[in-house]
Order: sequence, then structure tokens, then C-alpha cells
Amino acid sequence: MKTIKDINTGTTPQPLTDEKLEIAGGLWQDTFKRLKKNKIAVFGAIIIGILFFCAIFAPFLAPHDPENGLLKDRQQPPSEKYLLGTDSQGRDVLSRIIHGAGISVQIGVISVGIALLIGTTLGVLSGYYGRWIDVGIMRLVDIMLAFPTILLALAIVTVLGPSLKNAMIAVGIVNIPRFARIVRASVLSVKETEYVEASKAIGCTDMQIIFRHVLPNCLAPIIVQATLTIGTAILEAAGLSFLGLGAQPPMPEWGAMLADSRGYLRQAPWSVMYPGLAIMLTVLGFNLLGDGLRDALDPRLKE
Amino acid sequence: MSESILEVKNLIKYFPITKGILSKPVGAVKAIDDISFTINKGETLGLVGESGCGKSTTGRCILRLLEPTSGQILFNGQDIAKLDSSEMRLLRKDIQIIFQDPYASLNPRLTIGDMIAEPMRNFGIGTRKTQEKRVQELLEIVGLSSYHTSRYPHEFSGGQRQRIGIARALSVNPKLIVCDEPVSALDVSIQAQVINLLKDLQKEFSLTLLFIAHDLSVVKHISNRVAVMYLGRIVELADYKNLYKEPMHPYSQALFSAIPIPNPGLKKNRILLEGDVPSPINPPSGCNFHTRCPQALDICRHEKPVLKEHKTKHLVSCHNLDSEQRRCKGTDKTSLPINY
Repeated sequence: MKTIKDINTGTTPQPLTDEKLEIAGGLWQDTFKRLKKNKIAVFGAIIIGILFFCAIFAPFLAPHDPENGLLKDRQQPPSEKYLLGTDSQGRDVLSRIIHGAGISVQIGVISVGIALLIGTTLGVLSGYYGRWIDVGIMRLVDIMLAFPTILLALAIVTVLGPSLKNAMIAVGIVNIPRFARIVRASVLSVKETEYVEASKAIGCTDMQIIFRHVLPNCLAPIIVQATLTIGTAILEAAGLSFLGLGAQPPMPEWGAMLADSRGYLRQAPWSVMYPGLAIMLTVLGFNLLGDGLRDALDPRLKE
Repeated sequence: MSESILEVKNLIKYFPITKGILSKPVGAVKAIDDISFTINKGETLGLVGESGCGKSTTGRCILRLLEPTSGQILFNGQDIAKLDSSEMRLLRKDIQIIFQDPYASLNPRLTIGDMIAEPMRNFGIGTRKTQEKRVQELLEIVGLSSYHTSRYPHEFSGGQRQRIGIARALSVNPKLIVCDEPVSALDVSIQAQVINLLKDLQKEFSLTLLFIAHDLSVVKHISNRVAVMYLGRIVELADYKNLYKEPMHPYSQALFSAIPIPNPGLKKNRILLEGDVPSPINPPSGCNFHTRCPQALDICRHEKPVLKEHKTKHLVSCHNLDSEQRRCKGTDKTSLPINY
């Protein structure tokens, strides 16, 4: 709710009064109400809540050191001491998963942030100004879409060099087209509304029209897309880490954990299974919440 | 009264139809095909016609929300069709618009206060304090309450929203307001309220209105003069009394005979037109009404009639009247038949 107000008043900053916040945006209140009724979406939100909780409080929650294990305790099956067992170097799998949550959240937020920022800019330029700008940007986006995402990400990381930071950049770049297209589509439809025409008639500049009138009314699909993309971004980054191009050892990144332990699938299945489960649940959580948001924001499904 | 504020000369707006990847133009929708008219200071000019005849396009061209294809739009003597976009932006202070659909013309994400203050902020009128005060004044003027400022559009009814639209248009003290079917989306009882509000405001702030509508009774109620449009052209332009009493163009005659009279005993001479409105992509040659005109002559098929004065301040574009006058007056083709 607050972010919407921020964008609305972006061009002409003004203090928010409490009264305004109280009544702000019937749409968002309705959305929240509908979202609460959707049990599956709530389940997704709970998973994401747990993920964020782990990410923030990892040092307090993790029972053991995530990066240095006891070699004598290596490949221990789940027990009271090691709830989810240990990996080939004696590191506690649970502690590594808890610490990995923070890394996954970072990957999700930063790479989607990159995609969102660049994608939205391109989408707005393309949708609002049209003509050759539109043609130019959309053909560029088409070229990017023609590559399989993981292949393109691989190519980018290869150029930049393998590291977690570069993996995030690569995943961000790979997801630009999705945002560009979705933003362009909603800008195109909002641009034709009478209130945008009205804003022109009352002497708004292009920037004012975009930030005050067009973008705030395109938020719904952007939010849904961002939520869904966080899930895939985490998956893609885990994929890169699995291939050794993302997080470097001994970082407790989930994809890297899978890669480290895959050789011991027979001896220590828990060291592969649990990081995999963590990835799956996280992606599932974001997808469920994203789907729920999409339904809740769709006015046709009202009542 | 007779001082003109807006003069439209030979305004043309074609929407090109393009085809293929190279956007090759293959034709054009002739939305406005050479129209000229004048609006005097303080008066209301009604613009009527059926759907798709170019009424709204005319309004939007005057505001440069659509770029006219050619022609002049003189506002206080300045040709606004030639202004660049930043000059035009400054001029928008003087020309405002009230839209047809009060549900679509208000941004759902802005509070009423922000919305009405926005034009003032854009033009840097007053300080934040005076703007707030003016918003409250305006809300009272249009019949809403000053405590409505922090509400959102969805909390209002259609009539209230239209009042908000009017307040927004008034906020910068415009000289001319284009009303683009401002009441056609409202209930009949609310229509009367909004129309009367517009009339009162016009008196109070000496506004000039271009009132676009398809409801003839509404137009009659508010206008001083009325222009009738058909297929992108003005066919008749006259004082509302003369026009409603005695329409001269065959199209206007048919149009005005369609006004329902709330008296079942009264017998009406209803003129029914044959066929449909021709496509504006390929309008008929000559007088574009000749395909449906009950009085069409031979000349109507070849030659475009000119809008000229057939009675005092009663402009009609019809060959029929021309030839009648020629018959009465003699043979001189070039003499302008005024005060016939």
C-alpha cells in the first residue's frame, strides 16, 4: 500500500497524512481480503514467511557452523545431533539449508530487482512512445526470448566469470524480457484510457503522465510477475550454482549443495534430498502466492 | 458577445489506414472533412450528430489531443494547430475538457484532492496552501463537500464523478471548455443537475462552452447556437431557436423530426431516412448526404455544397437551397444569397 502511494506522489512529493493512508486504495484492500480467502495462496505465503524468517535469523536458528564441519561426523544419517544428517565433509545439512535461505532470498530479490528495473523501463518506453522505439526494443526482447533462459544465463556468466554476484546479474538479465513485455502490454492498455487523455489535457508532461497516471495503474500485473519470477530466478541461480558457475564453495547455496553431494547419492541421500526439497518448497511457495495474487487482483473474479 | 474566442478554419482530420509490415497507407478514415466554425466569447455552441460523425474528434482536435491533419484552429487569434508541444502545454490552461465517461476519466489511484489540484500544480498556480483552499472551494462550487478531498473516485457515484471532472476542468480558470458528451453516461435526473450546474457555472465564470452531444433536447437546453454534423462535415449551423423551429437542411429536418414529443395526442411528421450512414473511409462524392437525401438533385452527386448563410445567421450547406434561391433571385450564380 505504501509503495503505491510513494509512486503516486513520486513527481510531486508530499507528506502522507494518516487519514490518507487509512482510506488508501480500495483495490488493495479488496485484494488482500480475497487473498486471505484463498487457502493455497496463504500456504504459499506461509512458506515464504518461513523462508524470510530463516534468512533473517539464520545465525540464531542454525544449530551448527554451516561452513566448517567435523570430518569424523561426515555422511551421518539424520539423528538427534544432526537433524537432517551431514554431508561428505561433516557439515550439518540443516544449518547449511537455513543459511542458504538468506542466499536464496538475496538471489531472488536482487536478480528480480535488476529484471524489474530494466524490464519496466524498456516496457514503458516501448509501450508509451511506440513507433520505432517500440519496434527496436521489442525486437531486442524477441532476440533474448529466442534463447533458452539457462543457456543465455550460462553465456553471460561465462563472460563475466563464475561468482554468485555474476549469477544474479545473469539471472536478472535473462528475466528482463518477461517484464518488458508484460509492462508494455499494460502500458498500451492504460495509455488508451480517458484519464490518461485527461492528464494530457490538464498539462501533464510525459514524465508526470508515466509516473502518476500510467505506472500506478499497471502495478497489478507487475507485482504478480515479480512474485512468480522470484521463484524461477532462485531455481535458475541454483542451476547455475549446480554447474559451478554461481555460488562458490564453501558457500551454503542450495544448488551448490546439490552439486557437492550428488556423487554420494547412494551413501548419503539426505545430503542431496533436503537441499532439493528446500528449493522445491521455495519455488512452490512463490508460485502459489503469485497465482493467488493474480486471481485476487483480477476484477473479473470479484465476488 | 460577438467577439470570437475560437475560430476553426478548414479543419481536416484523417486517420490513415495502413497495411503490411511497411505500414503502407491504403486509405484514410475521413473523420473530419473540412469544417469551419466560430465560437463567440461567453456563448455555448452545441455540436450534434449521430455516432461516428466526427463530433468528439473535433473536440479532441481543438485540444490537440489528436493532431489535426490540416486546417487552422485560432484561439484568441493564435493558431494552436501550429504550436509545438511545450507551447501547447502552456496553452492548455485556457482550454479544458470534460469527458463523456466519468468512470473512465478519473485516475482510480489518485484522491479527489490530488486530482483537482493537479492542473494547478502543473501550471504552478498558487502555493500548496492556496491550492488546497481552491480545491475545497471548487468542490463546494460543483456541489460536493470539502471533506471529500481525501476520497478515491470509486467512492463516488456517476453524477458525483462528473462533478469532480468539472471541478478539475475549472481549477485553472479556463476560458473555453470542451464538453464531450458530458451527460450521456448519466441518468436522466442526474443529467439535468449536471446541465444546470454547467449553465450556472457558465454564468458565474463567463465560460465559453463547446457542447458536444447526441441528445438534442439537452443541446437545446444549454446552447446558444447549434451545429449539426453529418459524416465529418457541418451541414447546418444556426441559432438554436431557428434551428429547432425550422431546420433547413434535409438531414437536420430528419434529425429534428426524431425528437420525441411527450404528448401522445400530437401527430408528428416523422421523416425516415433510408439506408445507413456511408463509411467515412469512402464517403460519397459531392454532397456526402446525397445517397440518403429525399431531395437530392443531380448536382449533389458531383459538387460539394458550401456552408453559407441562407437566412440571418443561419448557415446551411445544401445545393437544394442554393438552386431555390437562384430561381427566386434570377440567374446570378456568384451572388451570396443573404437575408433571403
